[in-house]
Amino acid sequence: MAVGLTLIFGVMRVVNFAHGDMMVWGMYLAWLLATRAGIDPYVGFLACAAVLFGLGVLIQRLLVDRIVDAPHEMQILLMLGVALVLENGALVAFGPDPQRVRSPLRAATIWLGPVFVDVARLVTFGLAMILTLALYLFLNRTDLGRTMRAAADNAYGALVIGADVRRVYAVAFGIGAACVGAAGALVSPIVPFQPAGGLGLSVASFNIVIIGGMGSLPGAFLGGLLVSVAESLGAVFLSPSMKELVSFSLLILILLFRPAGLFGRAAS
Amino acid sequence: MRWLLLAALAVLLALPAWINSYAVTVFIFIFFYAFLGQAWNLVGGYAGQLSAGHAAFVGIGAYASALLSVQAGLTPWVGMLVGGVLAAALGTVVGYLGFRFGLRGFYFVLLTVAFAEVCRIVALNTDAVGGALGFYITFTGNPRQFQFQDNRAYYYVALGLMLAATGIVAAIERRRFGAYLIAIREDEQACEALGVNTFRYKMLAMVVSSFLTGVGGTFYAFYLFSLQPNSVFGIPLSVEIIIRPIVGGAGTVLGPILGSFILSPLAEASRVYFGQGGWSGAHLIAYGLLLIAVVLFLPQGAYPALRRLWVKAAAR
Amino acid sequence: MSAGGGPPLLEVRGIGKRFGGLQAVRDLSFEMARGEVLGLIGPNGAGKTTVFNLLSGFLAPDGGEVRFDGRSLAGLKPHAVCQLGLVRTFQIVRPFPHLSVLDNVRVGALARRPQMAEARERARAVIEQVGLGAKAGQPAAGLTLAERKRLELARALATEPTLLLLDEVMAGLNPTEIEAIVGLVRSINASGISILLIEHNMRAVMTLSGRIVVLSFGEKIVEGPPAAVANHPRVIEAYLGEEYVHAPAR
Repeated sequence: MAVGLTLIFGVMRVVNFAHGDMMVWGMYLAWLLATRAGIDPYVGFLACAAVLFGLGVLIQRLLVDRIVDAPHEMQILLMLGVALVLENGALVAFGPDPQRVRSPLRAATIWLGPVFVDVARLVTFGLAMILTLALYLFLNRTDLGRTMRAAADNAYGALVIGADVRRVYAVAFGIGAACVGAAGALVSPIVPFQPAGGLGLSVASFNIVIIGGMGSLPGAFLGGLLVSVAESLGAVFLSPSMKELVSFSLLILILLFRPAGLFGRAAS
Repeated sequence: MRWLLLAALAVLLALPAWINSYAVTVFIFIFFYAFLGQAWNLVGGYAGQLSAGHAAFVGIGAYASALLSVQAGLTPWVGMLVGGVLAAALGTVVGYLGFRFGLRGFYFVLLTVAFAEVCRIVALNTDAVGGALGFYITFTGNPRQFQFQDNRAYYYVALGLMLAATGIVAAIERRRFGAYLIAIREDEQACEALGVNTFRYKMLAMVVSSFLTGVGGTFYAFYLFSLQPNSVFGIPLSVEIIIRPIVGGAGTVLGPILGSFILSPLAEASRVYFGQGGWSGAHLIAYGLLLIAVVLFLPQGAYPALRRLWVKAAAR
Repeated sequence: MSAGGGPPLLEVRGIGKRFGGLQAVRDLSFEMARGEVLGLIGPNGAGKTTVFNLLSGFLAPDGGEVRFDGRSLAGLKPHAVCQLGLVRTFQIVRPFPHLSVLDNVRVGALARRPQMAEARERARAVIEQVGLGAKAGQPAAGLTLAERKRLELARALATEPTLLLLDEVMAGLNPTEIEAIVGLVRSINASGISILLIEHNMRAVMTLSGRIVVLSFGEKIVEGPPAAVANHPRVIEAYLGEEYVHAPAR
């Protein structure tokens, strides 16, 4: 989830405020697949990723491309508009009530050392790690991936060497969206989801990405781990509803003292 | 142009005698959100510091005056000022942290959102202010408690608030404070080189903005009679606040008012037509589309575009 | 161009600035007298703009001291330095794009004249002085480069400075435009404003400056009147390399 966001920022310097809402659509797509077509989300997440990839490319081509050079405030507002459309589109399409996806894996638990672990969460974790690894390999081993990193470092230079920067941007956005679509699908059996949750997920993504460092993939990954651990600790020591307080406080502290995050490059 | 505005004002003043109570309510919302938008306009439009957490100030003002009224018997007419001051205190903190640490653009947005969310979570978990169930004010209709039997009284209060905020912003725009804010929005560093204490002026804008927004919180509390943390501190309210000036024209005096006249009826209409059967969020889809359209085609908002048309028409 | 009597207007003593591994400015000291035009030259990367940043408060020196008009500038933010009378322009001009020329300059004028009407008057006068009178109402974004340079100059002038720091004000201009700016700078100096200018255009520097300080790799290597500096072997070495130092004059 955070990995997708950081990719979009790293390559295009655009902050995707609609991130969380895209994830919600991923969740709903998984739900649709599960209820209408009987496809388990742990398999269906690939389809969700593909659809969201398409959506991401569409959004990028139609909208984001036009404002890549615009002042940041405009980009933020644009993505906010997209977020509103997506969130309320989901509301209209699926209704406001929370949903959950049934998966045969959900009820299973196994012993892992001294603790009970949900098989579902374990599979989600495993698949997330695999996807992250796949993304890492893509960026470092394939031509397109390398071009993307070049464009991220220096868009003008990439143009000079003949890279099709606009295509790279579209793909980057698409992949970012695909990540979050997959994330949504993978998480759909575990947590209840509803359209209104989109903004919360966006903020959570930002939390993680800022803490880990904008534009840094390992940062996003480690940031995700860090925030989850911190929130869980918060839930245990403070109270369950206060756990978000922990991540917000962490966010404020990082914003003030180390906005580049743990691994990130400084924002322009 | 001036006579046009005066004519419009006269119409607005006379209106309640001619329209039904429902229409009065619509206008109340137009005025109230225009007021909040105008307050935001100072720091978000003129100074260019995008704050997406202004709901925090509404919430603080609302809870403060509500609590003081219900538990200490303090009339909200004074409680309004207390709420405003408390909101301004938070505004000072947020502004200080943001500006002293040089947070710009997206990072500043996130800071404001974080603070608003912290307020919301704290309010949700504090039983003394009602927690998740919310805080309720019993209706007495007593003007001394900022409550009125007649909807029309609220209409004039809201109109008064909107005019007051607009007057303040207009006065600021005419003076050095306003000129400096606009320049800061254009290029902060260049301003510094020209002797502008950018920190001081951004802080001032933030303090005035948050104070006014806090005062608005009192109206919110004593018009709606119930305070829910998710509504009064939530991001949706912040979105309602900022979208009007942005669509209408951020950094202009009339922008927030124009934006409110466009968006409130739109919201109300879609609520009426789609409100039944799960389409209740439809007006927000329209908000989103409008926001996208504005950013792509009219980045300065509706008012500057209209003014250009007006000038062109007048030149013929 | 003659130095006035009395204490120096600007005293720079041993300032330095390091960025990570790079020592951008090292132990720099020089003085400026009231009414002087001092040229600051040196090859690219010599640290000249860094010096401007250090003097105007945009950067804090790692060590050393800057005294302006007898007052230490230590710890002062740029706006405070400007209020004292030391104003800088930027190498890459930064007009306020959406504001008119007049409104641009008015921002500068407001520094000394808080009343909007007065500031407007002062701005108009300065705009006339730099020759942009015809463009007063136009948005700054629509100006040519030469006009933007004048605008940058006008804005700084409007703050009624005692010392004006000009950062490559002639960069990118054609010879006619340069002549015009040289004349303008000269007239500004004649009105009593001291000038410290960074410039690559050697003719302009030589004509305008009473004295020149030469920087190379962050250190002052030569200081003196234009004629002495132009033929100084160390200066030639810094710009062109060692081989040219003993090249026969043509």
